[in-house]
Amino acid sequence: MARMLRIVAAIGLGAWVALALARCGAPQPVGGTEPPPAVSIQQKGSDTVVNLALAWAEEYMRLHPEVRISVTGGGSGTGIAALINGTVDIANASREMKPEEIAEAQKNGYTPHEHIVAWDAIAVVVHPSNPVDGLTLQQVSDIYTGKITNWRQVGGEDRPIVLLSRESNSGTYVYFLEHVVRLGDPKSDALFSPDTLLMPSSEGISAEVRQNPNAIGYDGLGYVTPDQKTLAIARDANGPFVLPSAETVNNGTYPIARPLYMYTVGEPSPHVRAYLDWVLGDGQRLVAGVGFVPLKQSPTGGSAAP
Amino acid sequence: MKQKPHLRWVEFAIESLIRVIGFSTVGFVILIFLFLLREGLPAFAQIDLGNLFGTRWYPTFGLFGTLPLILGSVLITISAIVIALPLGVATAMFIREVAPNWAREILKPMIEVLAGIPSVVLGFFGMTLVAPIVRETFGAPTGLVAFTGALILAYMSLPTIISVAEDALDAVPKMYRDAGLAMGATQWQTIWRVVVPAARSGIVTAVMLGMGRAIGETMAVMMVTGNAARMPLGLDALFRPVRTMTATVAAEMGEVAHGSVHYHVLFAIGIILFVITFFINLAAASTMFRKRRRGGLR
Repeated sequence: MARMLRIVAAIGLGAWVALALARCGAPQPVGGTEPPPAVSIQQKGSDTVVNLALAWAEEYMRLHPEVRISVTGGGSGTGIAALINGTVDIANASREMKPEEIAEAQKNGYTPHEHIVAWDAIAVVVHPSNPVDGLTLQQVSDIYTGKITNWRQVGGEDRPIVLLSRESNSGTYVYFLEHVVRLGDPKSDALFSPDTLLMPSSEGISAEVRQNPNAIGYDGLGYVTPDQKTLAIARDANGPFVLPSAETVNNGTYPIARPLYMYTVGEPSPHVRAYLDWVLGDGQRLVAGVGFVPLKQSPTGGSAAP
Repeated sequence: MKQKPHLRWVEFAIESLIRVIGFSTVGFVILIFLFLLREGLPAFAQIDLGNLFGTRWYPTFGLFGTLPLILGSVLITISAIVIALPLGVATAMFIREVAPNWAREILKPMIEVLAGIPSVVLGFFGMTLVAPIVRETFGAPTGLVAFTGALILAYMSLPTIISVAEDALDAVPKMYRDAGLAMGATQWQTIWRVVVPAARSGIVTAVMLGMGRAIGETMAVMMVTGNAARMPLGLDALFRPVRTMTATVAAEMGEVAHGSVHYHVLFAIGIILFVITFFINLAAASTMFRKRRRGGLR
């Protein structure tokens, strides 16, 4: 017994010494070309913004090697909650902060600051074999509230309509509900039909749209892959049917477009400030490449449906 | 044996350490349940029961009807067991009673591998492969339906059912089989009329444990059942999307504002789930206990 204890102690001591040696041996860069990252910026939030934020972060870190930026997704609500709890520097959001979230942040002693960083078009997508090419906003609303249940009713084949939506923690869900399902009417209390399939990710929506000829879904334009069919949308029955693109969002003809946000709290640190200034300035030239619409030519009339 | 006094002290210290670790498991279960109660009970006070057990689940708009979620979980769990029970018991019968030794040596580890497949992998498999097949075969509008979830869950609870049922068959004394065969029964008659009835309570335990596994499963279910919070009533409910309790908590806990009504309701769902699994496990344990008392026989 005593001998065993001694052996255990010896092994423990040996391991400790080895670890200690390894520790003082490893990270001691001696004036190399690249100094270790001095500042880190944590970003979290919208899955819609995440690709854009990653593109920005990579480019910015290339230009400023002393800055480390980490970007994670999870949904606008997740990012804002993390900002309120003080675990991130920037929350990415595809919707405005709700009044109760602002109140919660103020209770924690933070004042949120809003920065619009780009514009996004929300595309309505169907299976490539679907003969329907365009819908009016009213038709999309009726489809998602469950008033229209068959593609025949909007000029398609005799097939049931399967509704796909993001989960309710998604900023895209909130925008689509307020501006498309409720047609921008703040007094409306229309809701998604209870038959709506809530998919936990953008990939869930595209996977189902790709293989199911009955499906209709919506997602940020940056997420639409070529194997889905994007529908042209008209504001009303007389209006032109417009496909989403940077151009049609810019000139305000595509009706479902919204601003994308980054939120900070309190007075941002100089590094966060510098990063945001770059995002709003030089960084804008990366926006179009990821499928979003850059700020400089943002639509003037706002994003809402008529 | 003569012991030095300090050795006795070491012995005592180690023994108490092990005892503390052992009891801490029980302590953690109790603490988790207390935490669930603390976070979940306010929901029952904050919103009236008519809303809480209503049929509409729109948590962002103050409608917290958990009934579709409870029924959704129950529907896919029961369907999964209906699919898995015959398959599981038949496999256990084959492995224990029919298969030659070499086949048994291959099959048993394979089934353990089956248990080790991560549920997200099965979910992805279900979403991209099983769902289209279900949609085309059964003419459902979409493949992301309760039945697809039940198939995946059946697959996931099979390893549990097979290994527990196999242990139960194994516990039946050899003389029962000998007696059966000696009476002139065929091998099938012996298995079906003698061995299986003798192992009945063990098989019930297997089903209960499989059920506990199925009702608590989250990731795979969230990926294949469509998550539409509709009431799963009517004959076609199996081929319509459903939303389960587990998927709801997993999908919504990430964004919910801490301390809000929605937050407390999600914990209340946790309590409901905990109570259901507790009773299933209790039922499993009690049949197991009865089996031990009667020496594996009824």
